[in-house]
Amino acid sequence: MRVYTRASAWTTGTFLALVAVMLTSATIGPVSIPADRVALAALDALAVPTAATFSVTSVAVPAVGDLPWLAVDLAYTSPLDFAVPAQQQLIVGEIRLPRIVLGAVVGAALAIAGTVMQGFFRNPMADPSIIGVSSGAAVGAVTAIAFPLLLPFGIQVSAFAGALVAAFGVYLLATEGGRTPVATLLLAGVAVQTFLGAVTSYVIVHSGDSIREAMYWLMGHLHLANWGDVELTLPVVAVGSAVLLAYARDLNVLLAGEEDAHTLGVEVERTKRVLLVVSSVVTAAAVSVAGVIGFVGLVVPHVMRLLVGPDHRVLLPTSAFAGGAFLVAADTLARAGPAELPVGIVTAFVGAPFFLYLLRNREVRSL
Amino acid sequence: MTLDVRDVDVELGGTRILDAVSADVGDGTLVGVVGPNGAGKSTLLRAMNGVVEPEAGSVLVDDEAVHELPSKAASRRIASVPQDTSLGFEFTVRETVEMGRHAHVPRFGTDPDPDAVERAMERAEVAQFADRDVTSLSGGEKQRVLLARALAQQAPVLLLDEPTASLDVNHQVRTLELVRGLADDADRAVVAAIHDLDLAARYCDELVLVADGRVLDSGRPADVLTPEQVREAFDARVAVGTDPATGDPTVTPLPDADGGLDERVHVLGGGDAATPLLRELAAAGATVTVGPVGEGSLDHETATRFGFDVITVPPFSTPDAAALARARELVADAAAVAVPAAAASWGANDDLRAAAGAAVVVGDGPQTTVGARVELDGLADALAALDAEREPFAVADGGDAPDDH
Repeated sequence: MRVYTRASAWTTGTFLALVAVMLTSATIGPVSIPADRVALAALDALAVPTAATFSVTSVAVPAVGDLPWLAVDLAYTSPLDFAVPAQQQLIVGEIRLPRIVLGAVVGAALAIAGTVMQGFFRNPMADPSIIGVSSGAAVGAVTAIAFPLLLPFGIQVSAFAGALVAAFGVYLLATEGGRTPVATLLLAGVAVQTFLGAVTSYVIVHSGDSIREAMYWLMGHLHLANWGDVELTLPVVAVGSAVLLAYARDLNVLLAGEEDAHTLGVEVERTKRVLLVVSSVVTAAAVSVAGVIGFVGLVVPHVMRLLVGPDHRVLLPTSAFAGGAFLVAADTLARAGPAELPVGIVTAFVGAPFFLYLLRNREVRSL
Repeated sequence: MTLDVRDVDVELGGTRILDAVSADVGDGTLVGVVGPNGAGKSTLLRAMNGVVEPEAGSVLVDDEAVHELPSKAASRRIASVPQDTSLGFEFTVRETVEMGRHAHVPRFGTDPDPDAVERAMERAEVAQFADRDVTSLSGGEKQRVLLARALAQQAPVLLLDEPTASLDVNHQVRTLELVRGLADDADRAVVAAIHDLDLAARYCDELVLVADGRVLDSGRPADVLTPEQVREAFDARVAVGTDPATGDPTVTPLPDADGGLDERVHVLGGGDAATPLLRELAAAGATVTVGPVGEGSLDHETATRFGFDVITVPPFSTPDAAALARARELVADAAAVAVPAAAASWGANDDLRAAAGAAVVVGDGPQTTVGARVELDGLADALAALDAEREPFAVADGGDAPDDH
């Protein structure tokens, strides 16, 4: 059971690092707030759902009509109340924390999905968007931004839907006779990404005044974060990550190759489907609120693999927390400068040289 | 526990790889699958463990069809050691062997048999480097790690694809001793694809000789590895003999013949006189008939190894009428008859020579064609080589050979 001991130690460690990065990040900003005050304000902001109201409403879908929709309304209660000045409580609880928490959730989602994809494809260049999730989200989001009348569901819903349609399309294209060879999947993913990239460019060319907003979305951003985004994303990412974690052992066995995995008792095609669907949904949830943030899903799994080894029972949870910490830190840099930058620029700007450093030191050779 | 392969057809990418292949493996037996590269040995193993779905036929483990079982259930019945030992990930040996427990460990829970991994590592002799990184091990060590992983599956059927490929002599024997021991353990059937025929013959209870997707023969190694069958399967010339050290059949590959001597030469011998000639004729690729020779003589032994058609008579006795009649027939029909000078007057050889009319004679075949001449030139070359390199050998028309003895 040594692996579980190791997993809990590393997971606790990376989780504490994530919390530390989040609290530090919350002290930084135009108004400097001391760390202890931030901690108390954060505890105050903790809210647990205590009641849920379900109601059936309807959503208007063009060309289809009204469809019934189950709406869930959660009531939150904050159990803690420390004496923190109201203004500081407002800054921490309503301005900085939503963005930081969203950053952590998005970073964790991208890192865990990236880890799964690298293991799944046994390819060090794999990242969460390898089967077209990000480019699908980009088409959805950019279209919703440029032609709101065409996709009247809001940017996030359009992005989420675009992501899943693209991933599902790639999966269908690569599947034949119930089997999905990963090499075909990879190539279909590349082709579809290229195609969707062209669609995105076309939409941007014709986007007129909204070009700036579209470009900003594409570069990845967290500046519009609010608790509503967290409420939408966190459950998806949490549930998805739990499922992926339950498949950690299967993922280990899959590294030995599909034939070996089959003889060792892994239901290969079904496992691949589960991993693909869940990691695509997790990525889509992240990308639809934060745009295309590159490099988190590529670099973080590699770095964590160097630290904890290839065992996914340790690698998945630690990558998730490390990814969260990395994105929160990158976003802090993005907003700490004189002019706010899209966080995608910072992650790539910091992540790529770091990755090259690892590569040159022969630390990263393969998975 | 038995493994029963029944009339299995496998197609891969539209090509028929296996054609109506059947095999039977019982408890405590080690069955070797032998055959040339591309014969379908690996595919047969992959059909056995359920990786490849047969077009027709079935693979049954104790009457359950492997291909209809969920892979978890199948992997509890059949464990496989793959040929490819490129373990590219830096798992420790223990972690790698633990993967063999996959089918036994519930998704949320712990191993019901917590010692299984340690036992498998002990059995496969890898426990001493349990905490080392598999990528740091040698080929033979990796092979045993994969064997330990398969043992951890605790399956009654064990399949090994080329377990000795790329191993040195010491590791080959060590691995096969281990595998042999596993088969001797109660209630386990072992199938191994082995390309080394000598090792296969030595360690396996039974062999399945596969060629071109079909089972050419199966049964005891000595019955399967006959020169004719090996030649047919491998399209190679071989000599099959008995290893004096182990008593098992040994197969010695011979270089391709370049003499083009493919018409039949009959050799009259006895004792050891004809042995050098038989070797040269074998090297020239000739079809050779021999005899009569005494059982147990060196000529007899050599002729049998090369798979030549031999007229055998009991040692130190006069050939009986039937043997003589058969010999006369072969002599009369042969494209050429050769007799070493030393043996020229032994036993019935003199009489038999008379049947052909000369020590080296052209038979009734079409002598005037170029082909026949080339064949005889080939024979002359073979004999000339003997003259030059070994003991002088007498050949002449009309039987008046220069005798250097």
